[in-house]
Amino acid sequence: MSEGYSDAPTVGLPGRVSIQGPGTPHDGDSHAHHPKLQHHFDDMEQQAEASTLGMWVFLVTEIMFFGGLFLAYAVYRSQYPTGFQEASAHLNVTLGAFNTAVLIFSSLTMAFAVRAAQTGEKPRSQIIWIVLTMILGATFLVVKYFEYKDKFTHHTVPGPSFVWDGQYPAAAEIFYSLYFCMTGLHALHMIIGLGIMTWLAIMAKKGTFNSTYYTPVEVSGLYWHFVDIVWIFLFPLLYLIGRHYHAG
Amino acid sequence: MFTNFPLFPQQASAQAGQVDAIYFFMVAVTAFFSILIGGLVIFFAMRYRRRHRNEVGYAIHGSLALELLWTVIPFFIVMIMFGWGAKVFFDIYRPPTGAMEIYVVGKQWMWKVQHMDGQREINELHVPVGRPVKLIMGSEDVLHSYFIPAFRVKADVIPGRYNVLWFTASKPGVYHLFCAEYCGTKHSGMIGSVVAMEPADFQAWLAGGRADDSPVAAGEKLFQDLTCNTCHRSDTQGRGPMLAGVFGKQVELQNGSVVTADEAYIRESIVNPQAKIVAGFQPLMPTFQGLVSEEQLLQLISYVKSLSQQGAAPGSAPASPTMPQASGRPAVEKK
Amino acid sequence: MTTLNYINNGHGLASWLLTKDHKRIALLYLVSITAFFFLGGLFALMIRLELLTPAGDLMTAETYNKMFTMHGVVMVFFFLIPSIPAVLGNFLIPIMIGAKDLAFPRINLLSWYIYALGGLFTLFSALSGGVDTGWTFYTPYSTAAANSHVITAALGVFITGFSSILTGLNFIVTIHRMRAPGMTWFRLPLFVWSHYATSLIMILGTPVIAITVLLVAAERVLHMGIFDPALGGDPVLFQHMFWFYSHPAVYIMILPAMGVISEIVQAFARKNIFGYSFVAFSSLAIAIVGFFVWGHHIFVAGQSVYAGMIFSFLSFVVAIPSAIKVFNWTATIYRGSVSLDSPMLYAFGFIGLFTIGGLTGLFLAAMGLDIHVHDTYFIVAHFHYIMVGGAIMGYLGGMHYWWPKISGKLYSEGWAKLAAGMVFIGFNLTFFPQFLVGYLGMPRRYHMYPPEFQIFNVMSTAGATVLAAGYLLPMVYFTHSLFRGKPAPADPWGAKGLEWEIPSPPPTENFAISPIVTHGTHQYAPSKEVGVV
Repeated sequence: MSEGYSDAPTVGLPGRVSIQGPGTPHDGDSHAHHPKLQHHFDDMEQQAEASTLGMWVFLVTEIMFFGGLFLAYAVYRSQYPTGFQEASAHLNVTLGAFNTAVLIFSSLTMAFAVRAAQTGEKPRSQIIWIVLTMILGATFLVVKYFEYKDKFTHHTVPGPSFVWDGQYPAAAEIFYSLYFCMTGLHALHMIIGLGIMTWLAIMAKKGTFNSTYYTPVEVSGLYWHFVDIVWIFLFPLLYLIGRHYHAG
Repeated sequence: MFTNFPLFPQQASAQAGQVDAIYFFMVAVTAFFSILIGGLVIFFAMRYRRRHRNEVGYAIHGSLALELLWTVIPFFIVMIMFGWGAKVFFDIYRPPTGAMEIYVVGKQWMWKVQHMDGQREINELHVPVGRPVKLIMGSEDVLHSYFIPAFRVKADVIPGRYNVLWFTASKPGVYHLFCAEYCGTKHSGMIGSVVAMEPADFQAWLAGGRADDSPVAAGEKLFQDLTCNTCHRSDTQGRGPMLAGVFGKQVELQNGSVVTADEAYIRESIVNPQAKIVAGFQPLMPTFQGLVSEEQLLQLISYVKSLSQQGAAPGSAPASPTMPQASGRPAVEKK
Repeated sequence: MTTLNYINNGHGLASWLLTKDHKRIALLYLVSITAFFFLGGLFALMIRLELLTPAGDLMTAETYNKMFTMHGVVMVFFFLIPSIPAVLGNFLIPIMIGAKDLAFPRINLLSWYIYALGGLFTLFSALSGGVDTGWTFYTPYSTAAANSHVITAALGVFITGFSSILTGLNFIVTIHRMRAPGMTWFRLPLFVWSHYATSLIMILGTPVIAITVLLVAAERVLHMGIFDPALGGDPVLFQHMFWFYSHPAVYIMILPAMGVISEIVQAFARKNIFGYSFVAFSSLAIAIVGFFVWGHHIFVAGQSVYAGMIFSFLSFVVAIPSAIKVFNWTATIYRGSVSLDSPMLYAFGFIGLFTIGGLTGLFLAAMGLDIHVHDTYFIVAHFHYIMVGGAIMGYLGGMHYWWPKISGKLYSEGWAKLAAGMVFIGFNLTFFPQFLVGYLGMPRRYHMYPPEFQIFNVMSTAGATVLAAGYLLPMVYFTHSLFRGKPAPADPWGAKGLEWEIPSPPPTENFAISPIVTHGTHQYAPSKEVGVV
């Protein structure tokens, strides 16, 4: 059995795709570029555009990820409307509203953090905004902890220990399953967000961010705003549908 | 045809011929296009084979006319397939009124059948030839699927709801019955036979069963044993709605919506009474989930059905075909 | 005196396991998906051996159920979904668009590690006793009744899904932002178009299966009741959520293969594709319409007839762009200069087998007919025609076409032709009888069956042994070529494309100078061009 191919051309065939022309010189020669420019990009602008597009695409995947839970919620709420209202009425609307305000405010501080980096403010200023956002995020999680603890105490955690003395136990168990899944997944994203902000604060302290390079702050801001928006949907759907519920 | 190498199962139901007709049409279309494409590819490969090393092909970019041609023609062909398939589907899943009802319960790993006048079967189903038969099917545990290849019918059997399957056997004989939805260890053992008999033979076979075991009688007994009759009285003084004449009618619920009282509604009312409260009544009924088996549920349902004049078929035809599911989900939700 | 290329540029395990080079990452994937392919093939062999006889005599029913489940899980999630994108896409996309690497090289490496981690979970599930729910994990069996390792398998699928998501994300950003000057969208190779369409599906669909299998695992642990009818849940909701991803997933498996075929047909007919924009847009159309047909898996489960009709209609519509591609490939060969090297043989095999497989899909889209063949071997035959006769032949064709570029070596063309023939014959012998036995009524996932089905099963198993041998051959001659193969020139086939203008194997940075593109690929004719046939 022969090796090699009988059809490999002996002369170069016409119609080449490209002409090798002046382009970006190979980076091995000199490092006369921004220290944060990764070598496979042509310039900072391309890198920034790629990072931003990448974060937007990622957020689309997150919408689909949460979307599955929202779909399950929609299906079961349409099937058990009154049961869902009854279950929702047992959630603490005050705490939920407080948390909503906390998160919205944290988006504001995050936006200021992005602006601080974008306008090249001193690292200390950038860090203050980032840390403020983190404090607000942590506040949210602490409140969530107390809410969850309360559910365990009152046996409204789905599973074998679930106890419900309202009129719609089956619907309540499904409601709380969705409540824990949706707020739990959201809380997990917040914890990840806090980790990202820790890393941002460390980088900010080193003076990494300024008007020519602030993309990490910007895309982290996009992520944090997304997490906030998810909560803005979760709050009314979970906490507010039982506001006018009356037993019987 | 080829007895040792059969190509399709017997046609033993009135619908089998319809299904086979679509099949043959699609086999013909598949064969035509496969041979056309395969033939063209082989022909072009030989006719235009490379003759010397540096030879290149002729530069052709495309042809809008050809693209439209081979978009529009296939589109018409598939639309014919769509319409034909939809029509046959409608026929297969819309049981005619007056069909003979039989209850089927699937459970890991057997099929339990209950005829309306008492005969019970395990893994077998005796039916008369020439008469529409409607199977009302539930599951005791996981998903199953009732599949009779010779009749070309199949419907999934889903826990928590009822599905319906109907057919008219056209030829006496014994035919395969398979479970066609994976259900665990003995899935491939959950098989049996469907026995189609001439009407006279079928009557004789039915008479062999014990008449006092009819599901209606068993259901009536359950109704008393489980003390349903203390709240669902035969007058309007009970804490629960009166059940005489309810089956098949529209029922108004507490939240203003309206549902049809079909098999699924009755079943849900027994296992999950809080889901739908009838207007004017209190949510007092306890749940019987876990206290009654799927078979017992079917017996209670047939008893409730018998309290309507007709008994055999729902009093009002459904507004839209919802086969194979027959759930009692509200048609309209008013807030 | 060896020139520096991506293979010899850096030695040692760490330089491979911590690489950011898309070409090295492609090879990491190549090793792992090949291992999973043979694992999945082993499960298939067990299935076919058991099915030689009607009785369930080779293994217990429980073991058999685990065999087909693991075969499906491994083949779908760990071979078919990643294969072409992770190996050939990773290797070629930056080169084909004139870039030095993907947009996010470290995320590319992370994708491979995530894939490996998910694979470990699934391997653990297999080795510690297996899972027996079917690769479809239908509830309530998977959440309430199965007593096998469902949670580890579900978590394995969950984790690996993120590998797919990140790969898709990387490809989308790369294709949007990293194209060389002059590389406009309509000069892109069709391989890139098909991977772009695939990436859209990856990012939109995979998160849904992720949350679905996560809910299955959660329900198993916490007994929540989302899918359990005894607690008020809906088992059919699971089916909707599962198929919302798993139907578009089959287009993740076939679109890259179609991209490979477009490249091979042009290269080995030395002729640009007939109807470039139609083929490009067909890829997008398949990706988009493919999201709206999932209900055709649920015709007999009790969804409303009117919903069923919409799904049936759209399932027929989604076939049209695929048909357009087949006609365009055929027209490309017309008046070409055709060479029957092994990649082209695989392409021809693909065109024939995908046509049959795709047309048998129409049988299933016709609702009235689907009732009879649903959950029978007819379905099994249909999807194996597409996934094996289609996707795997595309993968093998691509591996043969680009092997000289990837490895810098030439393989034995004679053995390759033999292997292609064995695969084609073995495949048809394995799966064509399954159409017949399925229509006869043999249900799928059956450990034992009535004796009248035996002749078809025997034919199928015989074919499977030929097919297995056909798959083993490339392992031998590709490996042999690494040690004894002649060095490959930059362009062994006389093909056109940026990848054929750089050395074999390529240097780490792909291009010494960023190319400037003046026209699309596969322009073979030297002088004037013709617009219409």
